[in-house]
Amino acid sequence: MHIADGALSGPVLIGGAVLAVAGTAVGLRKLDMETMPVTGVLSATFFVASLVHIPVGATSVHLIMNGLAGLVLGWAAFPALAVALLLQAVFFGFGGLTVLGVNTFNIAAPAVLMHYLCRQGVVNANPRVAALWGGISGAGAILATTVLVALSLALSGDQFLPAARLTFLIHIPVMVIEALVSAAAVFLVWRVRPELFDSLTQLKRGAA
Amino acid sequence: MSYVLEGDATARPATPPALTQVDPRYRVVAVVAFAITVVALHDFAALLIALFVSAAVLLHGRLPVANTIRQVVTVDMFMIFVILSLPFTTPGETAFTLFGLEASKEGIGDAFRIALKANAIVLMMLVLVGTIGPVRLGHALSRLKVPPMFVHLMLFTVRYIEVLNEEYQRLRTAMRTRGFRPGTNMHTIRTLGYLVGMLLIRAFDRSERVLQAMRCRGFTGAFHLIDESRPAGLREGLFAIGTAAVLAALIYVEVRHGAFVSR
Repeated sequence: MHIADGALSGPVLIGGAVLAVAGTAVGLRKLDMETMPVTGVLSATFFVASLVHIPVGATSVHLIMNGLAGLVLGWAAFPALAVALLLQAVFFGFGGLTVLGVNTFNIAAPAVLMHYLCRQGVVNANPRVAALWGGISGAGAILATTVLVALSLALSGDQFLPAARLTFLIHIPVMVIEALVSAAAVFLVWRVRPELFDSLTQLKRGAA
Repeated sequence: MSYVLEGDATARPATPPALTQVDPRYRVVAVVAFAITVVALHDFAALLIALFVSAAVLLHGRLPVANTIRQVVTVDMFMIFVILSLPFTTPGETAFTLFGLEASKEGIGDAFRIALKANAIVLMMLVLVGTIGPVRLGHALSRLKVPPMFVHLMLFTVRYIEVLNEEYQRLRTAMRTRGFRPGTNMHTIRTLGYLVGMLLIRAFDRSERVLQAMRCRGFTGAFHLIDESRPAGLREGLFAIGTAAVLAALIYVEVRHGAFVSR
């Protein structure tokens, strides 16, 4: 869901850049020497996860996993996803340069939102309930991202309204896939290494 | 050996082109200035010049052309839809009718403008910044006063993308040897979900070892950034003048020619 350069209006680009810088700054303030390596390694993991393609009929979609990133990283997901989008733009040509702020905010803000909404759910004592919350975070993050992408387009001009509406419809299958994949991933992590969801807070406590 | 971020190292030219020898900081600043200028353009002549300059830089940079073009045209499906829908949703003079939908001249113009802008900027970025290499890009950003925490996070991410990608390939090989074939079904989705979960767990375990190893070596939270800064030489001077000339030309064409044609 990368928006390319040239489509959005000036105010939307500037607004997106300001929000992205603010969110990244908040996320960076939550990091310190102890949490930096784990954040960097997990950020790399989400980058690699976005290279995973799921076949859908004749075509395929790649994973985004911003909901899961929010669950694991919290606010740190903001700078982590900003880094990932910067690297994708510069080395793969995905998205663009002037839209980097908008794209970062559209992907990272939902991640942080899901952290607040679903974080309690995934540490539930029942692994099936935890997986359900993982699924909700996966679908919710894509839903919120899609709404933000549609909003970025709609705010840039009325001629984008039909495209904004269709963006939403096109992404319903993505939402379902992200929900199921996130649920499965949370289920596995819950079974194998439940402390992963506490990684950042725990390390902070250990350091203090 | 092919890397996720750096492509095929053996495919690079033996004698690096002059533009990719310019101090990375100048290249980053030039691309940002170029992108902001191009996004603000409206006149077709100016946009075509911008794309032409980008194409010339691409040829000069001697990047694998076919590969780069493929990267550039890999736009998300929905962006293609945005561009295709514009002619029919922008009000204005009718150019042609398709299945009872009226395409406006203004809409067609806007669609072409977006395509030209997106391609000109992406090409310029891939050639001038994409060739810096992720680690040197981090160091260049740091010397451009990007906060050190952000640069460190970027360097960590860059470092571990390759490692985690190898881990991912190992897991995929293990899945293949057990007869896993992806398809559109619940089994595939669940399996790939477990794959993502497993990747996260392995990454998490690795990060603990990384932190311990770094503590052992006296890590205090800051990397030693290589300071390659040398006084700006003739190359940087010429590059700065060239960039300014291109931007001035684009703005001149926009103002003179654009005012003439479209208003």
